[in-house]
Amino acid sequence: MADETHYDTHGESKPSADSPKTMGHEWDGIAEFNNPLPRWWVIVFMVCIAWALVFAVVMPSFPAAHRFFGGMLGYSSRADLRANIAETANARSQWLEPMKSLSAPAIVANPELLQVAMRGGEVIFKENCAACHGVGGTGSKGYPALVDDEWLWGGTLPEIVQTITHGVRTEDPAAHASLMPAFGRDGLLDRAQMNTLADYVMAISDGKPGAAQGHDLFEANCAVCHGPKGEGTKENGAPALNNQIWLYGGDRANIITQINTPRHGVMPTWQGRLTDVDIKQVAIYVHSLGGGK
Amino acid sequence: MSKFLHAKAEKNLLVLFLATFVTVSIGGIVEVLPLFTIESTIEKVEGVRPYSPLELAGRNIYVREGCYLCHSQMIRPFRDETERYGHYSLAAESIYDRPFQWGSKRTGPDLARVGGKYSNDWHVRHLIDPRSVVPESVMPGYPHLATTPLKMDAAAHLDTLKTLGDPYSDEMIANAQADLAAQATPDADTDGLLKRYPKAAVGDFDGQGDRLTELDALISYLQILGRMVDFTKFDPGQADR
Repeated sequence: MADETHYDTHGESKPSADSPKTMGHEWDGIAEFNNPLPRWWVIVFMVCIAWALVFAVVMPSFPAAHRFFGGMLGYSSRADLRANIAETANARSQWLEPMKSLSAPAIVANPELLQVAMRGGEVIFKENCAACHGVGGTGSKGYPALVDDEWLWGGTLPEIVQTITHGVRTEDPAAHASLMPAFGRDGLLDRAQMNTLADYVMAISDGKPGAAQGHDLFEANCAVCHGPKGEGTKENGAPALNNQIWLYGGDRANIITQINTPRHGVMPTWQGRLTDVDIKQVAIYVHSLGGGK
Repeated sequence: MSKFLHAKAEKNLLVLFLATFVTVSIGGIVEVLPLFTIESTIEKVEGVRPYSPLELAGRNIYVREGCYLCHSQMIRPFRDETERYGHYSLAAESIYDRPFQWGSKRTGPDLARVGGKYSNDWHVRHLIDPRSVVPESVMPGYPHLATTPLKMDAAAHLDTLKTLGDPYSDEMIANAQADLAAQATPDADTDGLLKRYPKAAVGDFDGQGDRLTELDALISYLQILGRMVDFTKFDPGQADR
């Protein structure tokens, strides 16, 4: 040993005043300390157990044979929700009740209701419509812009309500539905004819008369839906072609693609997901974006 | 008293055994016993059915890609949630989910009722490149789904789930492979499929015609989410507990 201090490895370590007491037994020189948990800790632990037992009795806790034990207080988060919904509906009824019976144009005629509908419609639009039509209704390829005053299925308030309620090309029997023939894929037009037609469509979109050959093809194949001058018909959801607004792009390649194998956009049916009042509000909001036909 | 028990239990094997037994039994009763009566807590609703083979394949892809890490499928009974997402989720709606996809985190929105909310075309674009339709999205793109052919032994899959207790009929298992393809094939005969799996979304989900891809499967799954229960026939009072 280098220094005088030595450690006794055979027990006999004298317990100092603050060292824990032993349990009073010793095997092979090994004693067991008695280290009780702090009293405050034990009390908290016991209180937690007691709390759990009380909680299990007063609150819904244990599944039973036919339904679970609902607790003596009869608490239900779903009943709470219903009360909350009823309370909110009551607070909103001042505006929402009149909207139930009024048509969308009549709501617009009432300045106070219009203000509420615009704010409500904006919230509903952001949650449900913006994913396709863009925040603010700017649209993108395949999803019509709503900020212009160009409408596939009509832009009056009742028409917008109808489109939102039933959707486009869904299983809803009242949904808008139309199919443009696949002129190229199904062999209705050959490649040269499609080229001629695309040139003609690009010409009329620029406000030019277009070639006579293209005009004849257009009259024979397209005019019935898109109108003799390419002005479009909302009955068929056929877009106007005599302007610069394009759903699937206005360059030559995109136009030929659309003649060859048309894409048919789908808009979901919102009836059932949104209430009638919700639909009216969002229709009023959408109507305001486009300048209001 | 504690001193007495401690000393006694340390020295007497029988006392130690009995004390251990009682302690473990309490834990067992609290954790195991409810499982025998758990069915009594599931609401009685109409319309919930096992997943179709294609939806099942989509669900597997949903789990494989870890969608649950950012998307919950649990609309909680709060007014703000029901106003945004629709009716609160029911236990009955998850009975064929193994495991359920309730999730615990919403980086993206809840998907419990996303079925029918967007068009197939939107899902295709969104899954391939989320920012092409939602500019502020932080979701990663999954373009590989559109190019990966769907491979699945549908009959064996359904048979396994039947063993676990899902009510797949022999007819469903016999038609499983055909149903898998038919659900995503344009203009296929889907009468039998829709009879076996009502409300299933059918059609060319990924816009690639007859080609059956993982994207087809995932979108078919997303399009059924939350649509099975007929809430016009749902009595909230009955389930109000």
